[in-house]
Amino acid sequence: MDHPHSPPTPGPSAPPAADAADPGRRDFLGAALTLAGGAAVLLAGAEAAASTEAHVPPPGGDAYNWEEHRWAYVIDTSKCIGCGSCVRGCKAENDVPDGFVRTWVERYIAGPGGSYVDSPKGGLDGFPPVPTAFTPTKAFFVPKMCNHCKETPCVQVCPVGASYRTKDGVVMVDGKSCIGCGYCVQACPYGSRFLNPQTHTAEKCTWCYHRITKGLKPACVEVCPTGTRAFGDMLREDDPVRQTIDHERVSILQAHLLTEPQCFYLHLDMEVR
Amino acid sequence: MPEITGYAFPNDIHVHWSLMIVMYPYITGFVAGAFIVSALFHVFGREEFRPVARLAMATSLCFMAVATLPLNLHLGHPERSWLVMVTPNLSSAMAGFGMLYSTYLVILVLEVWFVWRQEIIQYARQSRGWKRAFYATLALGTYDTSPEAIAIDHRAATILAAIGLPGACMLHGYVGFIFGAIKANPWWSSPLMPVIFLLSAAVSGIALLSILYQVVAKLNRRAIEGRTVAALARWLWFFLILTMTLELLEIIMLAYEKSESWHIISQLLTTRLEFSFITMQMVVGGLIPLILLGVVVLMDRYLHDRVRNSLCVASAFLLLLQVFSMRWNIVIGGQLLSKSFRGLRSPYSPEIFDREGILVAIGLLIGPFLLLWIFNRILPIFGDDAHAPAHHGDSTKAPAAEVAAG
Repeated sequence: MDHPHSPPTPGPSAPPAADAADPGRRDFLGAALTLAGGAAVLLAGAEAAASTEAHVPPPGGDAYNWEEHRWAYVIDTSKCIGCGSCVRGCKAENDVPDGFVRTWVERYIAGPGGSYVDSPKGGLDGFPPVPTAFTPTKAFFVPKMCNHCKETPCVQVCPVGASYRTKDGVVMVDGKSCIGCGYCVQACPYGSRFLNPQTHTAEKCTWCYHRITKGLKPACVEVCPTGTRAFGDMLREDDPVRQTIDHERVSILQAHLLTEPQCFYLHLDMEVR
Repeated sequence: MPEITGYAFPNDIHVHWSLMIVMYPYITGFVAGAFIVSALFHVFGREEFRPVARLAMATSLCFMAVATLPLNLHLGHPERSWLVMVTPNLSSAMAGFGMLYSTYLVILVLEVWFVWRQEIIQYARQSRGWKRAFYATLALGTYDTSPEAIAIDHRAATILAAIGLPGACMLHGYVGFIFGAIKANPWWSSPLMPVIFLLSAAVSGIALLSILYQVVAKLNRRAIEGRTVAALARWLWFFLILTMTLELLEIIMLAYEKSESWHIISQLLTTRLEFSFITMQMVVGGLIPLILLGVVVLMDRYLHDRVRNSLCVASAFLLLLQVFSMRWNIVIGGQLLSKSFRGLRSPYSPEIFDREGILVAIGLLIGPFLLLWIFNRILPIFGDDAHAPAHHGDSTKAPAAEVAAG
């Protein structure tokens, strides 16, 4: 459980990938989707290679043991600049179909005279300036994604058990047994799920389970240039994410629904639902 | 791409539960509603429903036969639908569907068998060749038509109807539960939802039978029993009052509580659902039949038979539209509103030729009536029907047919 010498897991710094991940967001934006996909593969490869070098085999063998982790996520909304890298990174990493998102960024513009919220294409292409009918006094971005709730309504309603929560705290869908009824999509209060038009099964953020089980970070955390997003292990006492959740004043989305999200927010405004 | 007013979560702009999910509660509503009518006769002994009791039961069965079709047409992977039965996730409201559906189907089929048993035996005895084999199979090897056996048939039918009634209520109340238990959606989440679904099922079932009874009687050149029509109208009125009360109550509660969701729901009702909710569900399909049926119920003795019958058919037709609108407003309406509570999607209009489209929906509505026609060819719904399946010339009139109506 304690990995004092394991590679630096969470936190904003990711030295080997930093230069690859931040090629300038205009470039990223301008690049064709294939290029983005290629970049992500490269990026993943580079990171994988880097982490293999520094990889200290956990006691008990190389295999990932899901009982030794409990993942959590912290989003510091005050740091988000709305670049949309996370949305693009996620799309490239997970082959998210057009018109749907596994993670997205919301823009809030508010003032005494009103409030305005948008998320054009989930923030995929960033945010163009927008005129408001009122005088804004504050504006901020809020990244969103599946909250990987402990008491998750989506898993509860799945009629065949295709939606499940792993022991390390990740809510996933088994695409091979999902019947595509869409009940989980309706039951998720956060709008995190969708039916993939190609596979006709439910789909959602997996916190890049294929990456985190290899000691990597989710793609969105990896590419975030400002450290808005942090991913960590609640079973590691020295984990910065755990430290934040344990000691800072964190919020969760729609707390009244008692879904126990494992995605925690710092500096959340009351406008955000 | 649908247009959004306000802000909707990016994944919330898709209507995943399409026209087929509107059709599903509409169809099971007929199943439950028609069964309620047959139970009024079989369980509660309302003699005035004798002429429609068998029609009601056959209708219920025929709609039941197509009830799973809209679901399978909607599923992304219909070939995996059996998993709901084999590996159900017991915490899911939807997982109970297989059990409820099959239990109720068994009850319904058994009851049909007991009610039509005498005719089955009669045809098995009268016919020859493959017809004889067919009816002999249906008779399940027992040819006992002694008064004791018939008494047992009656008792079995009554007991099955008594079990079937809660079964039908659960099957349909459960559909309401599927929506009512979604806490993420304020337009669905309400303990009233199963009750509203159930009551509107009764409305749709009785309305359908009010029309069907008169049409079938006309087609068979039989007299339309005035008291049956009047009784159907009375019950229809009663259930309509209950439905409308609860449908309004739900909204008034939200408005009066000034609940967090009222802001967006009031927008939904007055913009996106203006026609289907206010015009159709409340006025054309609600208020007008309420008045028309009120006239029938309160002023029946002043009405000419034809006026009463026409008023009933007209209000029943409007009520069929009302219940469809109600299903539409719940299923589709709930998806036009984003869970951000800040935005509405542009109205959803189904495709015509799509797998979940309008033509398929029309087919699903016509299907049960074709089945009913076939049912009537095999087991005549009106005992002394001229469509007796025995050979045209040598068929003797069935003397015991009327008795079998019980």
